[in-house]
Amino acid sequence: MGAIFRREMKAYFTSPVAYIFISVFFFYTGTFFVSINIYNAISDLSYVFIYVFLIMMIMLPILTMRLFAEERRQKTDQCLLTAPVSLFSIVFAKFAAALCVFLCAMSIFAFYLLALSAMGANIAWSIVWGSLIALLLLGGCFISIGVFVSSLTENQIVSAIVSIIAGFLFYMMDVMAGSLDSLINSNRNFAALKAVMTSLGLYTRYAEFSSGILNLESVVFFLSFIFVFIFLTVRVLEKRRWG
Amino acid sequence: MIEVKSLTKRYGAKKAIDNLSFTVEDGEILGFLGANGAGKSTTMNILTGYISSTEGQALINGIDILDEPCKAKREIGYLPEQPPLYLDMTVKDYLNFVYDLKKVKPQAQARAAHLEEICGLVKITEVYNRIIRNLSKGYRQRVGLAQALVGSPPILILDEPTVGLDPKQIIEIRTLIKNLGKKHTVILSSHILSEIQAVCDRIIIISEGKIAANDTTENLTKSISTDNRVIARIEGGRDEIIGAITQIPGVASVTADMEREEGVYDYEIETREDADIRRALFNLAVEKEWVILGLKASEMTLEDIFLKITMGGGFAAEEEKGGEE
Repeated sequence: MGAIFRREMKAYFTSPVAYIFISVFFFYTGTFFVSINIYNAISDLSYVFIYVFLIMMIMLPILTMRLFAEERRQKTDQCLLTAPVSLFSIVFAKFAAALCVFLCAMSIFAFYLLALSAMGANIAWSIVWGSLIALLLLGGCFISIGVFVSSLTENQIVSAIVSIIAGFLFYMMDVMAGSLDSLINSNRNFAALKAVMTSLGLYTRYAEFSSGILNLESVVFFLSFIFVFIFLTVRVLEKRRWG
Repeated sequence: MIEVKSLTKRYGAKKAIDNLSFTVEDGEILGFLGANGAGKSTTMNILTGYISSTEGQALINGIDILDEPCKAKREIGYLPEQPPLYLDMTVKDYLNFVYDLKKVKPQAQARAAHLEEICGLVKITEVYNRIIRNLSKGYRQRVGLAQALVGSPPILILDEPTVGLDPKQIIEIRTLIKNLGKKHTVILSSHILSEIQAVCDRIIIISEGKIAANDTTENLTKSISTDNRVIARIEGGRDEIIGAITQIPGVASVTADMEREEGVYDYEIETREDADIRRALFNLAVEKEWVILGLKASEMTLEDIFLKITMGGGFAAEEEKGGEE
């Protein structure tokens, strides 16, 4: 697993991908930080945390799009799949590498917090820690979706676009569930659909963290979400062997 | 040792390989021969655990590749048809990556020496620090071969290892494979029949997913070449010569090649059941006042055998062998 993780990290940082991702992340969050926190002298970073999901949803698929699609296209997957390593190790190593690049991007928040501390701001640490944990878990969810989609295709562009759409649907699912209210009166089945959509949505749970509520159930949900998509990726690779 | 028992792979309704069974002994070099799509690469991919068989069993040194894939894969070094190279890595980084991936026992001193030895064997020392993307096809092929040798696996499976190499490199790699066969069990596939003939101890010819022949080159020639062929270069009227030779007892067919000199043709004469027509042909030429400018027996080449087997009528070799067993 370590060998694949190191190779992926090296591949990210010897190509422009990681640098572009980190730069865009810094620029985007920096814009919100300066325009909201610095100009208005607000110590609360929750606005930045709320809006950062958009850039994660669009940019994380760029990190994950090549993970399996490129391996298949270049036929380098033969090197991995004929080596004495389990499929889970291969998938998890790639997931962990993408998550590490995301962690590097998240490190900018340390700078923002230092800047706010230096300016003598009163920082609500419970909200900050909750938001950072939520951000990491949400990033993990988007990455796991991206890894899964990448295993389905040889085309990186298709992989990125489908990952963005899937990420958006999962993120907004609980919000979209609200629009079913008018239909529930005509058909009770919509109530069950609304319940499923609400429970699978990422937005409400993420927003909860950002307001300083550390909900263990949501932590378990995020971790299970990641595990399910890693498991599905393993199954896709396994199924291809038997295909 | 590799044991393949009733291996079948289906893609939908199509059988890519159909009930293959064979054994490769330790230290043996086995050649896989077959037309494109015959099932060579599919068989190799199953043996290395890249894909699974629909039915049957593949045992690598007694370990079932499906039951204990990680354990079985440790025994194998695999060079696929297209070398699995990460183009953004240097040769050094790539071989170190493969070394870690194969979980070769970590001894810093041994690692450097081991990789150095492999690079020397496949002659890539001079490009060790170069990025793979910038290497020629020949070098890439050799880097692919080097990754198969990392960890000194007892079994090597090489799918067309000399593709893209120049003639000098081909000879070097063939010699290397021949030498590797002294310490390793090797399965080699190739389209170049002379390569299989030069390197392999035994040949399996696959046709439409089935084993059409499984024997040494010499035995294949003997078992399939029941007819004798004689090539005679004769000066005289072409139609008259063909008509007269056809009348010699034991002659199955006569065909004339292109005109070599004015009024001189090469005649390919096929005879039945080892009939020796040379004396009768000489006497006929004297009687008809033809001039025989050359006469030689024509042995079947591996190309002839391959075409004869894959184009039909070659299953006798396999059936004969099966009958003996």
